[in-house]
Amino acid sequence: MDQSTFEDRKTISAPMHASLRHDSAHKHVTGTADYIDDMPEPEGTLHAALGMSDRAHADILSVDLSAVKAYPGVVLVLTGADMPGVNDISPSGCHDEPVLAEGKVEFHGQAIFCVIAETRDSARRAARLAKIDYRDLPHWTDVTDTLAHGAALVTEPLTLKRGDAEAALETAPHRLKGQMRVGGQDHFYLEGHIALAIPGEDDEVTVWSSTQHPSEVQHMVGHVLGVPSNAVTVQVRRMGGGFGGKETQSNQFAALAAVSAKKLNRAVKFRPDRDEDMTATGKRHDFLIDYEAGYDDEGRIQAVKANYAARCGYSSDLSGPVTDRALFHADNAYFYPHVLLTSQPLKTHTVSNTAFRGFGGPQGLVGGERIIEEIAYALGKDPLEIRKANFYGLPGSDRVLTPYHQTVEDNIIHRIVDELETSSNYQARRQEILAFNETSRVIRKGIALTPVKFGISFTATWYNQAGALVHVYQDGSIHLNHGGTEMGQGLFTKVAQVLADAFQVDISRVKITATTTAKVPNTSATAASSGSDLNGMAAYDAARQIKQRLVAFAVEKWGVAPEDVAFVPHHVRVGDALIPFADFVKQAYMARVQLSAAGFYKTPKIHWDRAKGMGTPFYYFAYGASVSEVSIDTLTGEYLVDRVDILHDVGRSLNPAIDKGQVEGAFVQGMGWLTTEELWWDGKGRLRTHAPSTYKIPLASDRPKIFNVKLAEWAEAAEPTIGRSKAVGEPPFMLAVSVLEALSMAVASTAGYCQCPKLDAPATPERVLMAIERLKARKEG
Amino acid sequence: MHTDTGSIRFIMNGEDIALRHVPPTGTLLDWLRLSRRLTGTKEGCAEGDCGACTVLVGRVVEGRLAYESVNACIRLLGSMNATHVVTVEHLAGADGVLHPVQQAMVDYHGSQCGFCTPGFVMSLYGLWLADPAPGRARIEKALQGNLCRCTGYEPIVRAAEAIAAARPSAVFDPIERTRAAVLAKLTAMAPAETIRISEGDGRVIVPASLDDLAGILAEEPKATVVAGSTDVGLWVTKQFRDLNPVVFINHLTELQSIEETADGVRIGAGVTYSQAFDALCRMISPLRPLIDRIGGEQVRNMGTIGGNIANGSPIGDTPPPLIALGATLTLRSKDGRRDLPLESYFIDYGKQDRRAHEFVESFYVPALPANTHFAVYKITKRRDEDISALCGAFRITLSPDGTVTDARLCFGGMAGTPKRASNVEAALIGKPWTEATIDAARTAFDADYKPLTDWRATADYRMLTAKNLLTRFYLETSGEIAQVRRFEEVA
Repeated sequence: MDQSTFEDRKTISAPMHASLRHDSAHKHVTGTADYIDDMPEPEGTLHAALGMSDRAHADILSVDLSAVKAYPGVVLVLTGADMPGVNDISPSGCHDEPVLAEGKVEFHGQAIFCVIAETRDSARRAARLAKIDYRDLPHWTDVTDTLAHGAALVTEPLTLKRGDAEAALETAPHRLKGQMRVGGQDHFYLEGHIALAIPGEDDEVTVWSSTQHPSEVQHMVGHVLGVPSNAVTVQVRRMGGGFGGKETQSNQFAALAAVSAKKLNRAVKFRPDRDEDMTATGKRHDFLIDYEAGYDDEGRIQAVKANYAARCGYSSDLSGPVTDRALFHADNAYFYPHVLLTSQPLKTHTVSNTAFRGFGGPQGLVGGERIIEEIAYALGKDPLEIRKANFYGLPGSDRVLTPYHQTVEDNIIHRIVDELETSSNYQARRQEILAFNETSRVIRKGIALTPVKFGISFTATWYNQAGALVHVYQDGSIHLNHGGTEMGQGLFTKVAQVLADAFQVDISRVKITATTTAKVPNTSATAASSGSDLNGMAAYDAARQIKQRLVAFAVEKWGVAPEDVAFVPHHVRVGDALIPFADFVKQAYMARVQLSAAGFYKTPKIHWDRAKGMGTPFYYFAYGASVSEVSIDTLTGEYLVDRVDILHDVGRSLNPAIDKGQVEGAFVQGMGWLTTEELWWDGKGRLRTHAPSTYKIPLASDRPKIFNVKLAEWAEAAEPTIGRSKAVGEPPFMLAVSVLEALSMAVASTAGYCQCPKLDAPATPERVLMAIERLKARKEG
Repeated sequence: MHTDTGSIRFIMNGEDIALRHVPPTGTLLDWLRLSRRLTGTKEGCAEGDCGACTVLVGRVVEGRLAYESVNACIRLLGSMNATHVVTVEHLAGADGVLHPVQQAMVDYHGSQCGFCTPGFVMSLYGLWLADPAPGRARIEKALQGNLCRCTGYEPIVRAAEAIAAARPSAVFDPIERTRAAVLAKLTAMAPAETIRISEGDGRVIVPASLDDLAGILAEEPKATVVAGSTDVGLWVTKQFRDLNPVVFINHLTELQSIEETADGVRIGAGVTYSQAFDALCRMISPLRPLIDRIGGEQVRNMGTIGGNIANGSPIGDTPPPLIALGATLTLRSKDGRRDLPLESYFIDYGKQDRRAHEFVESFYVPALPANTHFAVYKITKRRDEDISALCGAFRITLSPDGTVTDARLCFGGMAGTPKRASNVEAALIGKPWTEATIDAARTAFDADYKPLTDWRATADYRMLTAKNLLTRFYLETSGEIAQVRRFEEVA
């Protein structure tokens, strides 16, 4: 078993920085961890299914639902006109996302009606019986088509500008220009979307929703029902995975369940089938990146100009902040003396794309890394050399300003990369690979070391707040609630560790309870890797308040100075006396001390002026680097990931076992995005990869054959974060870029490494083979 | 019209079950979750691809009790007669003590969101029962049918390695503890006469013998014959097809025979991939890498090669190699048997040479002739548990001087049926087995195939790769390493 390599204080179980198992692990392995579909259904629960468009873009001329209504077991059929409040769940306030489409449909699979029936099977079968007349309108599903048809946008684009990129490009000794296509990604959380709405008195309704954002579901349900937020309670104990896919996409299912539950005064459960889930809910944005760069003989970048055009789908959803974040990460770890970055959030006739781990950052970063690669091949150098030449400087250097005018103050990328380069034996292995490729005819190898620098904070500044509710009961047991949601990332475990540490009690005293809008209001989405940063601090604040009252109580009761009261393992020390925690709490209760507190936290220092493209949007940066080695088959494009070494910065880890799991999992998920996970739309605008049979996420046998993952044990957040830890959810996702670049090197070997293969993502075996063919044709031509 | 006879009898965890009401398309998963409220088993995809619904099913195979992982989401309830269904709820002790498989998953941080975890636990449990010391290759193979989106799998594989140390013992293992009693019960549950169950308009038929089956199909032209339900299960969960009646054949021992002789091997249509594996690979070892990559472990434990042939799919993985090997098919009906070369069974897309009352009884694969090279290559986006973009099988026979005397090439994914490359074959026969011959023969593919573009591959990629696979085959016969292998050999 992996033991914490961090300071090991075996005083209580388990303080901050201990490698504690996930709080639900026992329940996971026994099948007793309840997901919403596992909860006992209220008597008479009905089931919902979506009626979906089979056109990508069309006017709806008529909708005949008679056969749907007549199907045995059907109780109710809802259309957009039946929404008691507004028929809109746009999370951006753009009013561009109907719960159920009215008058027109804008993507294949868009919901037009909703069937409520006695059984799920009846609802699903009935949903296929509608007769809908359409008038087809022209549709375009991908970025290139959209650009050719007026390039309509779903939201305002962003420009980041520093210096004079155009002029610097003109005067640079070398100049390059290129284009990169980066595919999207389905979340493929193993538990799909689900909502269970239970009607209450008056205007009240309780919704169990598999969501990362209970407060938004609460607002949307209220909005659609036409009732105030105080009538709606949203609860979630755990999700079977989220990854950003349940930040806004839960709204539709929750709203429809709630509306029908209130109309019928019966509980309604909405669990779409996997195919419906993948067809009707948003994904990671695909991008078409046009880039230009100017650089010198050493490969040092002088200017970068790039446009990031994204497939946003039919509505804005979170596409504004997602495409913004792509620009925020187009620099990755590199200083651009002159830079001009623009986003183009394009409207396409596809499902509206949404948040996904990294939130546009990975797409931005991968474009920046392509520029590095291009320079390296043009100069005949190892891309790692180009990377090092372009890293942001250490504090005090004149190379610390980002394209958004934030100063990088906590840069540790040099040390991370140097240590990894040594521990992975990168240089020697690269030489071996070059030698291997000299003589191997069919199999070629590649290796690449890529860095990650990722900004932590929501760029929507107001999201950077959190609340927690902590009760200490008379028996010394502790009830923990906060606004964050548990989706597998171990947030509940980490925050419970914070409380155990604060009160110096065993974590078994801390009961972790389901997230509910009724206990902690106005919460932010559990997203942007911020869960433990924000909620850990909020819980800490609640504990601080209770402890303050307890100290005051002790001072008064025993006549000691405040500094003579201390929370020590399992006890409170008052002067020379050690009082067991539970006894002390009991006495405080008897003395009428309030043992409950609402904690609050807001991230300091950050601000962002989007119109100017200037500010300090990030509280700090997380860093990491990876080395990937791959083998490719040059006859088929098939490949293997032979070995991966990772060194990643999570600051002073709150829980090294959980953090390491996040790094491993993020890497493999990132690798899937860049290799085998391909979204494919046909000519009718239908997504044809909408189930695991057609959409291929990594398997156990795809993970690196040798997989060495280490946390940078010396790292510590420069800012006063909770326990000096750093966020971990998203940053390691981008470590997988080294796989893409290693594949690219193996491809480049077929043409003597003198051309950049321009391998697009996902680098399926087909794209690898076709890249080889392209190089071959250029060499021969 | 027949009256109902018998019931579907099986054991679920520790409980004897006899069902008189079984909808013909009802799934095992729905029954577990909805009727029995055993919610540890999850639905992740309802198509047998994610493994969240994995349970173990014990059945009597040649007098012994074998437990195999299967996908409950596409396993039909009517196929459960005389089996022992074991769900995740059965593993931990009554005192709450975790089974070693569960404990290892906890100790090695093998769960994050936890939704896939019961499925992983059951797959690992199946492996733990079957293999005392699995290597990494065997572990990965056992997990091919289980998707996890959180962990990156590394901790799960580490847990699997650690489990090997804790061996099954009757003391704490629920299956080992009851093996003898369960074997006796299941043996007694084999139907002495055909089971017929009506549920509303739907009918389930479980024939007692092959003769019964032949008789039933003569009377029931609309019957759907179901063996492993790895294809039919999706007709139900995804296409809402009303199948009626459904005739289950997975239990028929007469369809599960494997006859090996020096000349070849005859395999019954009801033999699962997992069972057929040893016999086929013993005779033709180059089949091994292909069979390891068909479906996931759960699908290989359910699905049959007979079904893979019978359903006529142009992308089934077994017809191309079997056609290249010169396999023949035996169809059976009430009127008797009919043999035909496998390649002539596939008439056109969606059309096979099988009459309504006929069923596939067995197929026969001849041994490789002397001086023959054989290989089969499956090309997919993801290496394991993926449907082929194309699948190419090559069998060539050389004279002592190195001239090609016979060539049989067959591809799946290149046409509406599994189809031989007759022009390529003609370009090879009579020529010396050299790179120049290969280069010349590559162009003949253009006359043989007009592949399609779809989500698995473009037409260009399919065509180019088909040609390159011929080159790979040549290089491999010359001893060159011409493909990437994660492990040298998967046991």
